Amino acid sequence: MSPETSTANPTTLRFEEVSVGDHLPEVPVPLTRTLIVSTAIASRDYQDVHHDSVLAVERGSKDIFMNILSTNGIVGRYVTDWSGPGAVLTDVNIRLGAPNYPDDTMTLTGSVTEVDPASGVDGKGAVVVTLRGANGLGDHVTGTVRLLLPTGDTEAGR
Amino acid sequence: MSKPDTTASDTAAPAPAASDTAASDSAALDHRLQALVGKPTGPTVTAPDLVNLPMIHHWVEAMGDFNPVYVDDAAARKEGFDGIIAPPTMLQAWIMRGLRTSLEMDRARVSGEARGDSPNDLLMAMLDDAGFTSVVATNCDQHYERPLVPGDQLQVTSVIDSVSGEKATGLGVGHFVTTRSEYTDQNGDPVATMLFRILKFRPREKAPEPKVRPRRPRPALTQDNRFFFEGAKEHKLLIQRCSNCGTLRHPPRPACATCQSFEWDALTASGRGTIYSFTVNHYPQVPAFDYPLVVALVELEEGTRLVANVAGITPETVAIGMPVIATFEAFDDDLTLPVFRPVTEAPATTETEKS
Repeated sequence: MSPETSTANPTTLRFEEVSVGDHLPEVPVPLTRTLIVSTAIASRDYQDVHHDSVLAVERGSKDIFMNILSTNGIVGRYVTDWSGPGAVLTDVNIRLGAPNYPDDTMTLTGSVTEVDPASGVDGKGAVVVTLRGANGLGDHVTGTVRLLLPTGDTEAGR
Repeated sequence: MSKPDTTASDTAAPAPAASDTAASDSAALDHRLQALVGKPTGPTVTAPDLVNLPMIHHWVEAMGDFNPVYVDDAAARKEGFDGIIAPPTMLQAWIMRGLRTSLEMDRARVSGEARGDSPNDLLMAMLDDAGFTSVVATNCDQHYERPLVPGDQLQVTSVIDSVSGEKATGLGVGHFVTTRSEYTDQNGDPVATMLFRILKFRPREKAPEPKVRPRRPRPALTQDNRFFFEGAKEHKLLIQRCSNCGTLRHPPRPACATCQSFEWDALTASGRGTIYSFTVNHYPQVPAFDYPLVVALVELEEGTRLVANVAGITPETVAIGMPVIATFEAFDDDLTLPVFRPVTEAPATTETEKS
């Protein structure tokens, strides 16, 4: 996740363009200390285990590790980078496993597991993405994200 | 977690079990924890800041999120929003207490002063006092009613949704605590809900090898089963035999199930058998045993079955039907038990019956 570049999709997917089984692009997230510390502070989480490696080790951790709010933020980003900017997230459900320690990489993968035109409102249809973020220790996060995508193939659908 | 089968026979390998005292302490703690379920964690919290652009900027830069709807009004409108929206997953960030309060709370905790008295404080104190001092977040389920926009002021009210019983996890033994939070805006309208689950656990310690290993639990000796353990001391694997009809039986009991005779003697078994069933015990751990502990139900070639430990084998290699042979291990001056080992080679010529 270089701060200089983004692979985000600039055009919002239409609901009709999405099918169950579609794969999201695999995205490797380098777990730098800068990422772990800056995301913790951006979420106003000042617990020392997220920014002070000496204290983190004293408390029995291997090193500093990513806080859950940041995992949420990265999961949300992963899905909207695929869907495009116009998606409306309605649900983010995550389960945490192996900690995200520095100097590792978390690789995000995901696929569409549900499409539900009936559940949509205001010209939007609901899509569920099931995803996983795995680091060198195993699954850091598994979960689902539900989002609404615009229907129709013109600007009017928005 | 599997536990040794204690119903088939408990003569050869007394099943490790938590002490009665520990069990009743645990039940009393559960009772006190459950009394807090449904109570608010504490007072309603008002976000210290309105939803605002500077915090959104910090967030998207840290997360590497380039979505323009979070920072560019025109782009947001083009995508059908009424203007800039906050990243939905920022939900919790708006109500975080910030650095100063975090430091004050740390200080208060370290100095031991002023434990709070909210239901959540009480819950955490109960778990801390019971040794479940570590905490890790395990689940977070957020539902958003609408995107938050700059100027929104959040309030959050949380209740203790559930507290699990004691669970063995990869991190250690602990309790899962789930809270349910309702987020509302400046008009009192709901904007989001969240289920948040943590594990409060006792960190698994790498305990130094005890200098003196605790003794194995003693078998409860009766006039019916005493012969079995006396035989084991002499390295004999004895099977109770009805003197009247010759039927073998194990575990020992007063009367023959076939002819109801109370008269019996004992046959010395060959020690050869096969694994009829087994379990691998991980938890609860009793210091007298090594874990993972393979506990097998061994079918002797004479036909009776007994529960015993299997040595010289790993949980990965133990298998039903595996041929095994009895050996005897003196655990202390007072206790010798049969321990089975896998038969690695083809059996040599059959030994003559010793009895």
